[in-house]
Amino acid sequence: MSTDIVHSEASISSGNIHLPEGPICLETRHLSMFYSSTQALFDISVSLPANQITALIGPSGCGKSSFLRCFNRMNDLIEDSRVEGQVLLDDVDINTPHTDVVELRRKVGMVFQAPNPFPMSIFDNIAYGPRLQGIRSASRLEEIVESSLRAAALWEEVKAKLHDSALALSGGQQQRMCIARALAVEPEVLLMDEPCSALDPTATFHIEELMLELKKRYTIVIVTHNMYQASRVSSHTGFFMLGELVEFDRTEVIFESPTDRRTDDYIRGRFG
Amino acid sequence: MRDHRFRTLLAQNAAFVLLWLAMLLALAPVLFIILTMLVKGLPGLSWSFLTSHEAGMLPSIVGTVLLVLLTGLITTPLGVAAAIYLSEYARPGPVSRLIRLAILNLAGVPSVVYGLFGLALFVTWLHMGRSLLAGACTLALLVLPLIISASEEALRQLPRGLREGSLALGATRLQTIRRVVLPNALPGILTGLILALGRAAGETAPILFTAAFFSLTDPFPSKLTDPIMALPYQIYVMATEIPNLPPEQKWAGALVLLVVTLGLNLGAIVIRARLRKKTRW
Repeated sequence: MSTDIVHSEASISSGNIHLPEGPICLETRHLSMFYSSTQALFDISVSLPANQITALIGPSGCGKSSFLRCFNRMNDLIEDSRVEGQVLLDDVDINTPHTDVVELRRKVGMVFQAPNPFPMSIFDNIAYGPRLQGIRSASRLEEIVESSLRAAALWEEVKAKLHDSALALSGGQQQRMCIARALAVEPEVLLMDEPCSALDPTATFHIEELMLELKKRYTIVIVTHNMYQASRVSSHTGFFMLGELVEFDRTEVIFESPTDRRTDDYIRGRFG
Repeated sequence: MRDHRFRTLLAQNAAFVLLWLAMLLALAPVLFIILTMLVKGLPGLSWSFLTSHEAGMLPSIVGTVLLVLLTGLITTPLGVAAAIYLSEYARPGPVSRLIRLAILNLAGVPSVVYGLFGLALFVTWLHMGRSLLAGACTLALLVLPLIISASEEALRQLPRGLREGSLALGATRLQTIRRVVLPNALPGILTGLILALGRAAGETAPILFTAAFFSLTDPFPSKLTDPIMALPYQIYVMATEIPNLPPEQKWAGALVLLVVTLGLNLGAIVIRARLRKKTRW
């Protein structure tokens, strides 16, 4: 596939990006991303609202996960990946040479597609991040573990078995524990990369409820394949295709009266 | 229809029988060796045979155990560190390919070459003399490639989500390795270590010129630079250089080597099982 063709399409649709009103937390300016010689993202300029849930949708391989991983620089881990343009967290560029990536990742937490508990106890999983920051006091750690688990709506289910292996939890519980683990380092932003794709409907429902509760304190960006999920939880939605952000608007606009034909086709299930 | 089902069933059973035979064929020599050694060696075993300082096995048993422990002590940190570098830090490219190729080649070098190399480097050039230390260093070189490959494999088999999860929480690479990667790769690393040190225990050629003496004035080493007796070497000498030795004693010597090697392995396996229980997937 020629990258030139895709690029020219990107410039046509640049008028479909409707920036949110109110405070902005994350922003990209002319963001392009490359995996060695393949371009994965094309000139994306958008702002994501603070204390809201923004959903990123689009067919597989459209770049929505790559886009998400630009915000905590997880793409750094991939050989030969490269970013052009700017990514801003609270108006500060996070791709400068003196950016503290460790500090960035503390501020921008991430929940992955498959629950990834560490093979240790629930308590140690949650305390992992705080301990990295040098918190040693047992009582302080207990406090953090309890409040994080409460925030992730998991406390009641696990309070009696905090020192059991986290691997004994169900998939949905594991994912909520991973959310609690991310919350324990007191981030500002929570990136969620298809957090429900490995979960059954009940567990998915729990996570969605939780997200609506969490957005009061955190800015949430979620990548999802599930369009009902996007329409249920998010205030804004971005539609990605072939590495470009085709359209970005309030969720009800995207789902009811999208401007771009490709968005309309995708929402109506004509492809993807 | 029925004919077809009969045929698939037949094929299934035939395959099963063939696989079972292959298993038996692989197992038979091992059982045969162990049984032969037990039958022929047990009559030669006696308390004095095991413990006598002059004609007995004890100096060799002690020598071999010391040799294996020291080899492990030298080679484990080196091998594991090299594996961590290769799997966690090295960028894929010509350099890391070259390193891997070198390691694979080293694993294929005949052990007698290691023996001569150890003689030249450790015994002569570094003035260690024929000693426990020189032997352990030589054996360490021999098993290092095995340990590196096995450890690297163990590190690579960890799910990616584990590393990503740790890094996403604001851990540095080193913290991730220390707290998540290494503890969970430990059982796999230990497996490699067990196999490698088991091999070191049984090797004769590398210690032939670097560590072993048959008629020692003092049967037990008191410092690292003392020469030692070792089981494989004693068996070699008993089999080839002492014409009047009763055959059951030769068998008994081999039996002792087998038991000591198995014992060392068993100990390591027990430790590994304990670790596995702690970090269950």
